[in-house]
Amino acid sequence: MAGVDDHAVMFGNLNRLTAWARSNSLWPVQFGLACCAIEMMATAASRFDLSRFGAEVMRASPRQADVMIVAGRVCQKMAPVLRELYDLMPEPKWVISMGACASVGGVFNNYAVVQGVDRVVPVDIYVPGCPSSPEGLIEGVMQLQEKIRRGGRPLAPAMPPAGEVARA
Amino acid sequence: MNDLLEDLRRHFADRLSLLEPFGQHVAHLLYAADIVDVVSLLKARGFSLLLDVTAVDRLGREPRFDVVYHLYHLELKDWLRLKLQVGGDPPEVPSVTSLFKAANWAEREVYDMFGIVFRGHPDLRRILMPDDWQYHPLRKDYPITGVGPLPPLARE
Repeated sequence: MAGVDDHAVMFGNLNRLTAWARSNSLWPVQFGLACCAIEMMATAASRFDLSRFGAEVMRASPRQADVMIVAGRVCQKMAPVLRELYDLMPEPKWVISMGACASVGGVFNNYAVVQGVDRVVPVDIYVPGCPSSPEGLIEGVMQLQEKIRRGGRPLAPAMPPAGEVARA
Repeated sequence: MNDLLEDLRRHFADRLSLLEPFGQHVAHLLYAADIVDVVSLLKARGFSLLLDVTAVDRLGREPRFDVVYHLYHLELKDWLRLKLQVGGDPPEVPSVTSLFKAANWAEREVYDMFGIVFRGHPDLRRILMPDDWQYHPLRKDYPITGVGPLPPLARE
């Protein structure tokens, strides 16, 4: 009769196990808004190779994705579209705000650009940079994985209803 | 090209004044009512390409706006820039979409950014800003962070 010692066995509670599994298979939505998207592409490509960290399966449909990397400035006209993409993603889902523009508007303190994507969707990780380097984005992804393993934010918090966001 | 300009001057003697040539461009100044006539004549004389319609806000001057047309002569390989001064509220200009289909989106952009109304345009809607946007961003008196309520950031 085979004993426990003959097999590789891992003990843990189920939540931690699912969190571990989820954190190592993040599927980002494949969309970019500006120059940060170029860095995001580089991150996914061979030189920086995001697949080393299990987050390379960029999905062209938000229905198949669980992390949204907001790569670039979000203009007022794009905001409803971005929100719709976010709403289409199945739970659990996370958001990485990539670069200065997505996080706070960056150099675009003007009428056309949303001053931080956290006015539109709840953000888990902010990656600084203008644009963020691929290493920076990878660090962001790894921070997100760490957050997921710690059990951060199982369900998306409610956002303020449309039209109630004040101007900066 | 010079013959052509002479021809223009004969046709529109009192309504067309020659401005300074800038590089290869020659600019003409005219008044709103004539633009369709002038562009139509220019098109008949071989300026068959409308490259751009744009505008300049000269806040403080009256009339306040310049609408600028860029035309190109494919055979002479020569450019012509027409400037049109318009004022009023809202400023109104006849549309040249009946002559050049290319004017359609360009005029929509000028309408969106400067609030200049193109009379006779088949579909004068905003082209860059959201449909429910207020005011016109490229006007000189428009504050850079915008005015009025923001459009909703999410759809209902």
